[in-house]
Amino acid sequence: MAAAKLPSAMDARLSRLLLIAVALVFLGLFLALPLLVVFVQALSKGIGTYLLAVADPMALAAIKLTLTVAAIAVPCNLVFGVAAAWAIAKFEFRGKSTLITLIDLPFAVSPVIAGLVFILLFGSHGWFGAPLRAHHVRVVFAVPGIVLATVFVTFPFIARELIPVMQAQGKDDEETALSLGATGWQTFWRVTLPNIRWGLLYGVLLCNARAMGEFGAVSVVSGHIRGQTNTLPLHVEILYNEYNYTAAFAVASLLALLALLTLAGKSFLEWRQPELRHVAHARDRTRRAIT
Amino acid sequence: MATPAAAIELNSLRRRSPRRVLPGFGLTLGYTMLYLSLLVLIPLSAVFIRSLGAGWGHFWDVVTDRRVLAALRLSFGASMMAALINVVFGLVVAWVLVRYTFPLKRLVDASVDLPFALPTAVAGIALTALYAPGGWLGVRLLSMGIKVAFTPLGVIVALTFIGLPFVVRTLQPVLEDLDNEVEQAAATLGASALQAFVRVILPALWPALLTGFALAFARAVGEYGSVIFIAGNMPMKSEIAPLLIVTKLEQYDYAGATAIAVVMLVASFSLMLAINALQHWALTRHGGR
Repeated sequence: MAAAKLPSAMDARLSRLLLIAVALVFLGLFLALPLLVVFVQALSKGIGTYLLAVADPMALAAIKLTLTVAAIAVPCNLVFGVAAAWAIAKFEFRGKSTLITLIDLPFAVSPVIAGLVFILLFGSHGWFGAPLRAHHVRVVFAVPGIVLATVFVTFPFIARELIPVMQAQGKDDEETALSLGATGWQTFWRVTLPNIRWGLLYGVLLCNARAMGEFGAVSVVSGHIRGQTNTLPLHVEILYNEYNYTAAFAVASLLALLALLTLAGKSFLEWRQPELRHVAHARDRTRRAIT
Repeated sequence: MATPAAAIELNSLRRRSPRRVLPGFGLTLGYTMLYLSLLVLIPLSAVFIRSLGAGWGHFWDVVTDRRVLAALRLSFGASMMAALINVVFGLVVAWVLVRYTFPLKRLVDASVDLPFALPTAVAGIALTALYAPGGWLGVRLLSMGIKVAFTPLGVIVALTFIGLPFVVRTLQPVLEDLDNEVEQAAATLGASALQAFVRVILPALWPALLTGFALAFARAVGEYGSVIFIAGNMPMKSEIAPLLIVTKLEQYDYAGATAIAVVMLVASFSLMLAINALQHWALTRHGGR
């Protein structure tokens, strides 16, 4: 018996090591190497060149625009996310699952098409092109278009994180607060918000990462005017297409650092609140619990 | 005239039906619908309405153009290949992360989300630098006679990167739920590890594998930023459909860009409905256990 068991235990260890090796080689090739190459290329001509590229006035203008766009788009989607999650998680109504599907819609749309829709609406040949021109308002190839495209591509992030979190919490706490005489707003600020704060932060973190890093949608509506409508990712593209590789990777390294910070924050929040992992699954679970 | 007893009765009735006790339903649902309509539904409907305006004949001419067909074929074909690669290696990664322990496992687990967090343009130039003829990997592959950057192979590499987290993150919770005992029972009944995997584990994973595949595929079909740097963008060879939309827009060919967008939107919406159906299937299967 023991002799028969021995090779199978060895087999198990061997296949275990083999599988771990395959997984690590795959992740190393597809995740670690691309990340590493960004920093190696950025610093390939020394720290001086790196700092010059990052502190270039055009790069600084791009950083400023990227921060501005995120500072508008993320709060817009935050208010929407909280409102949508409140309606969906705390109340029963017909068409709820359709509404959830519609909120997820922007995830199914190519970023390029997200940009295209705003050209069709606000471009010079768009539906609202003529009245906008008459009032000298520029949407497309200007900052408002970039904000709109960014709001579109990051639309579902916060709502999607908050819906399962609020569903899991139910509405007992809120009902207790109301029965004790709190007003609706008091209940929201003092009961609901503290309950959902980690989920909220999680959604804001992911929404912000996408808002600052969006390329396709913003590229279509930006018009690429240097110093005016160039976000950080677009600046990377321009430098790269000018064969100014070191500068392109230097600016890209800022975005890579943002990505690393986002992942670190995400891991921290998942450690604080393990339910935040596998959100889609959590939603399924709450659905199962409801039905 | 309401007697006190009737008033108490009324109160207790109200308490018994907790519907609409919480305030803010009208406000939040109204705001949700307004915001959704203004920012997503009306803008998206503009694509379909503009496309109708150009007429069916024009639409057909655009989407049957050889260059457009080649771009659509590349976008869907490369996305399919990339999603398949991710299904195979994503299963291995998810399995290793759920079942085994090894040093730095938490770091490896967190790194799986990198493609979600890294801006696509950064991924694009990084992959190009790696796979270009003079790059770290490009040099070695070229010596074996394989050209990756500026060929359809490069498109597949970029789309594999983009789709990587979807399969892993869909599989992980399902594998965590999967009972170890079932396999052990299979083993004691004399099944080999491979038999146990094929007969016991794989059937339980099907819905999650399909969902992960569909999610990775859907994301890859529309992807732009990470692909355009590594693809080389040669018409008929390595030009993806989203790039063709951008090219047509730059030539002020709005009707042409819109026609391609309609094809892609119909495909992605169908995929989304399929994914929803898949998840529902997985859910009922799961609940029925």
